[in-house]
Amino acid sequence: MARVVVDVMLKPEILDPQGQAVQRALPRLGFEGVSDVRQGKRFELEVDGPVDDAALARIHELAESFLANTVIEDFTVKVEEEKAEAGK
Amino acid sequence: MSRTPLDTVEHATATPDVELPWAELGLKKDEYERIVEILGRRPTGAELAMYSVMWSEHCSYKSSKVHLRQFGEKAPESDALLVGIGENAGVVDVGHGYAVTFKVESHNHPSYVEPYQGAATGVGGIVRDIIAMGARPVAVVDPLRFGAADHPDTKRVLPGVVAGIGGYGNCLGLPNIGGEVVFDSCYQGNPLVNAGAIGVMRHEDIHLAKASGAGNKVILYGARTGGDGIGGASILASETFDDAKPSKRPAVQVGDPFQEKLLIECTLEAFQEKLVVGIQDLGAAGLSCATSELASNGSGGMRVTLDDVPLRDSTLSPEEILMSESQERMCAVVEPEKVDRFLEICEKWDVIATVIGEVTDGDRLEIYWHGGKIVDVDPRTVAHDGPVYERPYARPSWQDELQADDANKLPRPETSEELKDQVLKLVASPNQASKSWITSQYDHFVQGNTVLAQPEDSGMIRVDEESGLGVAIATDGNGRYAKLDPYTGAQLALAEAYRNVATTGAKPLAVSDCLNFGSPEDPAVMWQFAEAVRGLADACRQLGTPVTGGNVSLYNQTGETAIHPTPVVAVLGVIDDVARRTPVAFQEEGQLLYLLGDTREEFGGSAWSQVIHDHLGGLPPQVDLERERLLAEILISASRDGMIDSAHDLSDGGLIQAVVESALLGGKGARLVVPDGLDAFTFLLSESAGRAVVAVPRSEEVRFNDMCGARGLPATRIGVVDGDSVEVQGEFQLSLEELRKAHEETIPALLA
Repeated sequence: MARVVVDVMLKPEILDPQGQAVQRALPRLGFEGVSDVRQGKRFELEVDGPVDDAALARIHELAESFLANTVIEDFTVKVEEEKAEAGK
Repeated sequence: MSRTPLDTVEHATATPDVELPWAELGLKKDEYERIVEILGRRPTGAELAMYSVMWSEHCSYKSSKVHLRQFGEKAPESDALLVGIGENAGVVDVGHGYAVTFKVESHNHPSYVEPYQGAATGVGGIVRDIIAMGARPVAVVDPLRFGAADHPDTKRVLPGVVAGIGGYGNCLGLPNIGGEVVFDSCYQGNPLVNAGAIGVMRHEDIHLAKASGAGNKVILYGARTGGDGIGGASILASETFDDAKPSKRPAVQVGDPFQEKLLIECTLEAFQEKLVVGIQDLGAAGLSCATSELASNGSGGMRVTLDDVPLRDSTLSPEEILMSESQERMCAVVEPEKVDRFLEICEKWDVIATVIGEVTDGDRLEIYWHGGKIVDVDPRTVAHDGPVYERPYARPSWQDELQADDANKLPRPETSEELKDQVLKLVASPNQASKSWITSQYDHFVQGNTVLAQPEDSGMIRVDEESGLGVAIATDGNGRYAKLDPYTGAQLALAEAYRNVATTGAKPLAVSDCLNFGSPEDPAVMWQFAEAVRGLADACRQLGTPVTGGNVSLYNQTGETAIHPTPVVAVLGVIDDVARRTPVAFQEEGQLLYLLGDTREEFGGSAWSQVIHDHLGGLPPQVDLERERLLAEILISASRDGMIDSAHDLSDGGLIQAVVESALLGGKGARLVVPDGLDAFTFLLSESAGRAVVAVPRSEEVRFNDMCGARGLPATRIGVVDGDSVEVQGEFQLSLEELRKAHEETIPALLA
């Protein structure tokens, strides 16, 4: 079993009302020094079997056709190391 | 990283030989030469950006202008019209000191590329037009057309469009009270997403888009400016800057309804304190359009410092800032001593507002960037003196053949059983089926003033609590009729919307239109357009309902194949007391059903010919506008005097479609008798115009008959509201349960 992470973000030029709302809230809550916030989506896919090129290609395809709206969003696919620790 | 020098006016004068990418910006060679001639030098990059976007088909109406003039030339005298064509939206007097503004626009192409955001920003744009007139938006309507209901791409486009309209409108707190949903394979690659809005104000609150009074400040307020909707400007940008820019600018604009809501409240508060001299919303062509239109409609010139425009993306070039179509922005002209108060109100509503320039006593629009003058033009040449084309038009060679392919000669049902099957098939077909799966995704009743909403014949909103004064709006269009005969088809669209308004008890007052056609460079399409405009203008004159504004959408075609010519017409009406409205649903058993108007054998372009024979040919139904006017007067009088309890206009699908809808909505059946002189098939399925079916309480029968007799309107008693089935005597009987299943399950099965 391996975990593949797909991160989906609005393209840089696309307006992100949610990110803006977060950014505006920060100073009100006393958190200074953040000039911009962009909000995205993270998908964690548990994959059966080895994550080889064929599996990644399939995940790339499903991300492109279903997880991301590529008209307005970019996405990245990355394999998470099994030994990665939880937290920091 | 080196920068080429800023392309200022001075620089442009000194470097006359620099080639600019005018072709990539969509300009023709002669158009570019004209710009050079107007300026007496080559334009700067920023000037070219402004001219190219303002002289585009979308903003300049260069192909349609010569025809659209008829709406003004043939406009009927109307006491109700307060503001006509040319402003952000028309304004109509509805009495008691109230005025109503309304308009329909298209957002077709963006909605195909990105259905959710395209449709959402379509709603946002039309709502800002309404605010810009000084009115509070009170309702929206959405006439929609998609490809075949069972096509896979329809399943991509439709849910996105519907969710976008619902998402934006619901967040904004505006009820969606009407519109249409039509499926036809001709819209496969070109869905038509039209959006309309209504706003209410007092007469004295009307505002116009003009910048007057030297020294007055120009304030840009609302969202920051980003890279939204910039097409060609990036070409210019790439010539101005070396690198370090996102390579491709997206055309997709993303809307933020909560920002728009703030913009509405903020603007209305500024209006209330009389702080605004002139106002313009930023839509297509963004700042290019707002600055040039405000300046050219006012008395002086304007000076703008582009560095002061608040940006979302600091890498934007001045050309891009001028062309950006970022949503939720407005531009106001404010007297200097009122600027502080204006900014205070914006601050209160959490709306960013910046003084970006001022009105000058010259006659030039001057724009500065980093201290250099990058635009110096006569604003009228940008906003109003765009190219005008007399494009060639010719009746297409296939028109005769199409009209000769008479739908009246199609095989008709031979037995009662066959007739029953065809009726059932018809009411279940995607175009005739219940659209509640779609319309229930919209909020109909927010704000608490909605009196009627889909699937009623027209949407109705209460305007005045005390008197019950209200307005009604209906939108209609039938591309199949218009394809068979564009002149008649456009008149039928108007006649149907007019009739729909009257059916609910309101008096039709004025018209807005959204004209959706293929490429104007095709003489056949241009002929369709010319005919449709001529037909609509003639009919508006005869019905006494002036066109107050609207929009033209051309190039709706895939390759060589254009969509059906689709003029969509919105009619606005007024009703003295909304308590007197007439609903579609049958109210009480025992009430008598009357068919008003004449039924002829008219099946050209009909729903029956489409559903049963997949056929389009022959001639559309005849139009008799005097009859439409008489029918409307009868319906309004009958509603006011309580002579009818329900009414439904007859259009596509004919009488049986109307009766089935009234029966299902009221949960009460009907027994129908085929009148003398008609066969059952024609009686049930013909689509003759100028007709309605009404339910008359028995106590009112004599009075109602007398009124129709005295006015000369044919009124035929065709049955009674009764039972839990729709029965056509001597022919067939369909239980409400069976009809409901057929009528209501189609759309969810295809799209849910």
